[in-house]
Amino acid sequence: METQTLIYLVVGATFALYIGIAIWSRAGSTSEYYVASKGVHPIANGMATGADWMSAASFISMAGIISFTGYDGSVYLMGWTGGYVLLAMCLAPYLRKFGKFTVPEFVGERYYSQTARVVAVICVIFISFTYVAGQMRGVGIVFSRYLEVDINVGVIIGMAIVFFYAVLGGMKGITYTQVAQYCVMMFAYMVPAIYISLLITGNPIPQLGFGSTVSGTDMSVLERLNGLGTELGFNEYTDGTKSTIDVFFITMALMVGTAGLPHVIVRFFTTPTVRDARKSAGYALLFIAILYTTAPAVAAFARTNLLTSVPNTAYTELPEWFETWETAGLVAWQDKNDDGVVQYGPGAPFVGAPNFAGETGEYGQRIVTNEPTPAETELYVDRDIMVLANPEIAGLPGWVVALIAAGGLAAALSTAAGLLLVISTSVSHDLLKSNMMPNISEKKELLAARIAAGVAILIAGIFGIYPPAFVAQVVAFAFGLAAASFFPVIVMGIFSKKMNKEGAIAGMIVGLTFTFSYIVFFKFISPEMDNAAYWWFGISPEGIGTLGMIFNFIAAVAVASFTKAPPEHIQHLIEDIRVPRGAGAAVAH
Amino acid sequence: MSLSKEDAARGYWKENLRFMLILLVIWFAVSFGAGILFVDELDTIRFFGFPLGFWFAQQGSIYTFVALIWVYVWKMNRLDRKYDVHEE
Repeated sequence: METQTLIYLVVGATFALYIGIAIWSRAGSTSEYYVASKGVHPIANGMATGADWMSAASFISMAGIISFTGYDGSVYLMGWTGGYVLLAMCLAPYLRKFGKFTVPEFVGERYYSQTARVVAVICVIFISFTYVAGQMRGVGIVFSRYLEVDINVGVIIGMAIVFFYAVLGGMKGITYTQVAQYCVMMFAYMVPAIYISLLITGNPIPQLGFGSTVSGTDMSVLERLNGLGTELGFNEYTDGTKSTIDVFFITMALMVGTAGLPHVIVRFFTTPTVRDARKSAGYALLFIAILYTTAPAVAAFARTNLLTSVPNTAYTELPEWFETWETAGLVAWQDKNDDGVVQYGPGAPFVGAPNFAGETGEYGQRIVTNEPTPAETELYVDRDIMVLANPEIAGLPGWVVALIAAGGLAAALSTAAGLLLVISTSVSHDLLKSNMMPNISEKKELLAARIAAGVAILIAGIFGIYPPAFVAQVVAFAFGLAAASFFPVIVMGIFSKKMNKEGAIAGMIVGLTFTFSYIVFFKFISPEMDNAAYWWFGISPEGIGTLGMIFNFIAAVAVASFTKAPPEHIQHLIEDIRVPRGAGAAVAH
Repeated sequence: MSLSKEDAARGYWKENLRFMLILLVIWFAVSFGAGILFVDELDTIRFFGFPLGFWFAQQGSIYTFVALIWVYVWKMNRLDRKYDVHEE
């Protein structure tokens, strides 16, 4: 069967599965809609958290980023997994014991303040929209690459699917759909990874192949990579280019940010008991770790393959996959010195993304009209190719290509759905129910949540169709702001009985304002100054959330030390959430 | 020995904090220590075909994180029972 037909079949089958699950698990009450009635088994919850967490970026782009940055890519590997340790030990069990529906609800109640709750809601909505915009774009891109439809049509199909199961099923529908999506994603990621590991090292387990010798030589994969890279003028793969302090701060910001992201935290509200909340974190990280330990191996294999087969090869003798992906626009070659041979080295070959003229040159290459840079390198490689082209590079059959398409869609859709749910919950529960219309009936609240989800999907879709130029820049925002706001406030709320309303609000404001201004300054006001010479202590905007978090802690403790201690019933509340006993079902209110 | 409810809660919390601190020290040591601050020193050591620091940054720290959470789960379940604050 033709690959294209297979792709339609596999993607169609997975979509039918998601919709089937949504109909089977539709939500009838706000408790089902917000937290799946707190009845989700830890293993299912772990898988759902994994799917929710691993976005299109993790699935498609991460291995590519590591492939091109080597050691520097470790910040994502450690940062996006280490946060779960903090979650499991510092947040999840206590928030589950608290037993409500949302993060702003905890903030508002623990700090006996509607102001704190509203500040929290605004952060939740901002962080979640930032994230979801990228996901919808991801859906569109996967559609356009594999299903040969326009990106915008892809976004609209994606919106329709998410609308169906998020609006109908709420958290319950989303959770069980995500379990299915996790399975699709992992299968799609592991099959090509195992094949390419076998191909390069002869070892079927990528994590082990990563440290093995390249087949037919006595050199390890990493030695070979270092050798090949330095020959072409790159840094050693196992060495980084970022400063130690920057790597430290970025990793910390990603870890703490992960633990502070509302769509991740809310997962731990859905388990039946405190015990299960802890276990869920364990399963979630285990399921995430499978992909996160495979990704760096895939990165190294793909890089080895690229460096052995492309540089200093005549264009006419390049492997077949090169032409396929040149047609897709993910690789491009500009023959700067007119020798017909591909030169590859550090730097960009030309300014910006390739702009194809629509005609072919004397060797059959697609002519690129971009202005060349002074660098000698002639090759443009999109980082996404490291995952997308793997099945072809490894010579795998068409059904594997189809799997990758389904997996990429599963990754983007599952993350988008989780985020949209958090947005709709914040609007219906934290704004409407608690602030504007406290007497709203449960039925109306549920309707409001569904309408909010629908509106959020529309807005997210518009972001996907007309992507704001700043999407890539604002990812730093989501993690930085979560690190500088939610994490310190929640941790102090649990671990300190003395932390009061004034301290928490001061801390959030200081942390947010500082982080926000730093990122806005370097990313939007003076992007030309965005380099180590101007950064404070050499910390990039990606890592500044860590400093924001430290300032949050300092400001909160300072203000709390000379203002009134929290009232007695709050101190009892803290004592109560510290012990597991008595965590019942969702508290109705 | 029967503890009053408050004493039990206090003892439970103290032991919980101490244990959490130990695990967080390990968490910090494998990632920020071995994977970042001392990566160059450790890279001089070979470990199953990897420079050791690089292995910690891209593999070892993640395995350790998973192990840490499961040790925490196991230990806390015992602690819950010891102080009789477990869920029925």
